[in-house]
Amino acid sequence: MNDALDVVLRLVAVLVVFLVFPLLVGQTEHKVMAHMQGRLGPMYAGGFHGWAQLVADGVKFAQKEDIVPADADRRVFQLAPAVALLPYLLVLIAIPVGPRGFVGETVDAGLIFVLAVMGIGVLGSLMAGWASANKFSLLGGLRTAAQLMAYELPMLLAAASVAMAAGTLSLPGIVAGYHWWWTLWQLVGGLVFFTAGLAELQRPPFDMPVADSEIIFGAYTEYTGLRFALFLLAEYAGIVVLCALTTVLFLGGWHGPWSGSAGWVWTLLKTAVLAFVVIWLRVSYPRLREDQLQKLAWTVLIPLALAQIALTGVVKVVTS
Amino acid sequence: MDYFHGYSVVGLVAVVGVLFVSVAFASGRLLRPVVPTPEKMLTYECGVDPVGGDWAHTQIRYYVYAFLYVIFAVDAIFLFPWATVFDAPGFGATTLVEMFVFIGFLAVGLLYAWKKGVLEWT
Repeated sequence: MNDALDVVLRLVAVLVVFLVFPLLVGQTEHKVMAHMQGRLGPMYAGGFHGWAQLVADGVKFAQKEDIVPADADRRVFQLAPAVALLPYLLVLIAIPVGPRGFVGETVDAGLIFVLAVMGIGVLGSLMAGWASANKFSLLGGLRTAAQLMAYELPMLLAAASVAMAAGTLSLPGIVAGYHWWWTLWQLVGGLVFFTAGLAELQRPPFDMPVADSEIIFGAYTEYTGLRFALFLLAEYAGIVVLCALTTVLFLGGWHGPWSGSAGWVWTLLKTAVLAFVVIWLRVSYPRLREDQLQKLAWTVLIPLALAQIALTGVVKVVTS
Repeated sequence: MDYFHGYSVVGLVAVVGVLFVSVAFASGRLLRPVVPTPEKMLTYECGVDPVGGDWAHTQIRYYVYAFLYVIFAVDAIFLFPWATVFDAPGFGATTLVEMFVFIGFLAVGLLYAWKKGVLEWT
């Protein structure tokens, strides 16, 4: 009975995090972008600095008409947002927040599980791009596919470097094995991982697949209402997951001064700082052109990731 | 036993997720208006009537990237199990050199592709 209650609590916790954290990131994005661009941002909904803007957006999305174009592949079109969204929920259960089992569920090959499941999310964009029967959507979907192929590799290789350093694939195990100098040792890998993750989320400056000035909104052009909202939620849930993963793999998760009883605060703090960086990058950099985007992945990130693996291997063998 | 327990919870999360999406879609159906008109159901193309067929012809320019990707993805599958044991007693430097030879082959392949101009988008 206690076990069942425990599992239910964990499921509820994961669902709550999944529904609340992306909204927090979204609201932060509104405000940070506004301040960085010297404007106000949403100020009215809810009274205090427009804190309820995203709730209002949600209400609006829920009551908008849901349009499926006559030419679209109906079933695939309707399913696509769910496929894009759910992988991020699944990933959240495996991310450790604090020591001593403060994690949704300890998955023994957590690193592989997380990377594999995150890859599924892109299928949602592909389904949307193909099923919309729209030229812009198709172009956006194909760009998404190309981007996934280019950036999945550096991400995998950088993650492999951490697995080598820790000697385990379990995410809590990786954090438990962390020492402060790992961040310096794995610095290149961390940068590669974070950059590649940004590209997989199609966040600026890697937002060629949804480039609004040339292909409307890429694969999501034909979506309205609730289904569109789910795609947006997937993007922000993706930011949360990417930042949490970078924290766990490269920044030592719950390690920090006075982390004895409040390690989870460090995890959340580091994740929040990274999310801020994600927003900052969006405001700071212009969009990469499609060929520049491919070139960056294949000629810069992959060689860097391979070099990091070599460094990790040599240091590990020499010191052991 | 522990192994299956871990993944059964993951399965439960998937169930919760599917439920969440189904409830969202079902309640959305109750909340939203449904007033389809032929104009609304048209494919969007900058506001004018769509020209030609639905799916445009596009060049798949990156099929060579796809080959490269498959090669490296297989490499990654080898890399992860190796990563957990390569510094264990009895492995050490030899194991490391073996993996370097393997990765070296891939790196040379990537260099060759680069030299051949495969990594150009256009």
